[in-house]
Amino acid sequence: MTHYSALTVARQALSGHRLWQPAWRDPAPRPRYKVVIIGGGGHGLATAYYLAKNHGITDVAVLEKAWLGGGNTGRNTAIVRSSYLLDANAQFYEHSLKLWEGLSADLNFNVMFSQRGMVNIAHSNAEMSGLHRRGNAMRLNGIDAELLDRNDLGRLMPDLDLSAEARFPIMGGLIQRRGGTARHDAVAWGYARAADARGIDIIQNCEVTALRRAAGRITGVETTRGTIEADKVAICVAGDSSRLAAMAGLRLPIESHVLQALVSEPIKPMLNVVAVSGALHIYINQSDKGELVMGGDIDGCNSYAQRGDPHVLDHVVESAVALFPCLSRLRMMRSWGGTVDMTMDGSPIITKLPIDGLYLNGGWCYGGFKGTPAAGWTLAHLVATDQPHPLTARHTLERFSTGALLDERGSGSSPWLH
Amino acid sequence: MAEFSYGGADLIRPVGGPPLDPASPPGEAWDDFVYRRDNAAGAHTELWFHAAGCRRWFAVRRDTRTNVILAETEA
Repeated sequence: MTHYSALTVARQALSGHRLWQPAWRDPAPRPRYKVVIIGGGGHGLATAYYLAKNHGITDVAVLEKAWLGGGNTGRNTAIVRSSYLLDANAQFYEHSLKLWEGLSADLNFNVMFSQRGMVNIAHSNAEMSGLHRRGNAMRLNGIDAELLDRNDLGRLMPDLDLSAEARFPIMGGLIQRRGGTARHDAVAWGYARAADARGIDIIQNCEVTALRRAAGRITGVETTRGTIEADKVAICVAGDSSRLAAMAGLRLPIESHVLQALVSEPIKPMLNVVAVSGALHIYINQSDKGELVMGGDIDGCNSYAQRGDPHVLDHVVESAVALFPCLSRLRMMRSWGGTVDMTMDGSPIITKLPIDGLYLNGGWCYGGFKGTPAAGWTLAHLVATDQPHPLTARHTLERFSTGALLDERGSGSSPWLH
Repeated sequence: MAEFSYGGADLIRPVGGPPLDPASPPGEAWDDFVYRRDNAAGAHTELWFHAAGCRRWFAVRRDTRTNVILAETEA
């Protein structure tokens, strides 16, 4: 692969930009691979990269039913953080954050990781207590967290409504300064280019239609581009995990739900942090193009429709305007929906399935994007060694039978509440 | 506030759930009922509550890909 650098750009400019090479090949699928990864989003591509980089396994194909990174990797609100309450999640996402911190250099691709800070805003004393608890839990896990008062919030977000007339009173907040945003497409492209450079085949427009099994183990996949044999098959298909598992006769503790998001017209920089309100259930940040990127809760009923109800978006916009009144005349430019795997405890599942050679990376709910590097890292470990990585030893399927649930919100087995 | 609220998949509760008898734990059928789902891309039978209206529970059969309602019955 052409190494990207200032020198490369200069040289290419002098040659009229006619010598740029494609960032990844477009190979036809081979009849057999050692590992097939189903799903060419951030997670699948990261897994392929770390299989090559950490484990020296390059006889790998990533199969993507449409265009790479076109699923949830292409649809999220780009937030990266490790501000989780439960040890198992905090430690996992912190490893991911550390990988994010070196990712552009590692991939030789600018993923535009901006550690601008992620701020949780509290609207009541009870919420402030909750943020105290979360901050302390983070710090016990060696993760940065600082409590903020109203003045701090006002300095960080000058357009935040701190007046007596504010619709929702502001008590204070919690900041993770190392949290922030990244360019969601760039992550897919960066991992794709780096994996391809190590000999991994990325095959697009290739949908898996069946899993091939013999004598209790996986032997390959049927696809829209033919049969592909494989020793190991890893499922990385956010939102569609149940459909893939059903191909192996398995039922998962997952419901698929629609998560909507929207962007405004671009404006001059006015928000330099990621702002999150727990009570209002919204998160908002400003992209480098000047658009305000906003999201909230899942719509709340099983859906594969990739579109949702307008009243959900209304709530996001109302909440954003309540926090930042100057946004009231902003036009919303685009809204969309994606399908997310909501698990029965709100935490992900990275596991071997009860069929030899079959692995699942799913159940990411609405927190998959920030976990992209560590999901790839830990799934690659699991696929290569058949042992769970220590960071995902608790993210099992068995926890739903043993009761060792990872329930951040404490909402129980009602996925639409997580 | 939305007019309707969701109650999840409409499932038949298996015999052997709470109140639990430590001498004969419920087993796989109960785990399945609480945690595992078909999560169909297509016809899905689910419970809804008319929160801002008659306040009754009812079951709906809906295509989860298109949101087309296929059938409705009292829960």
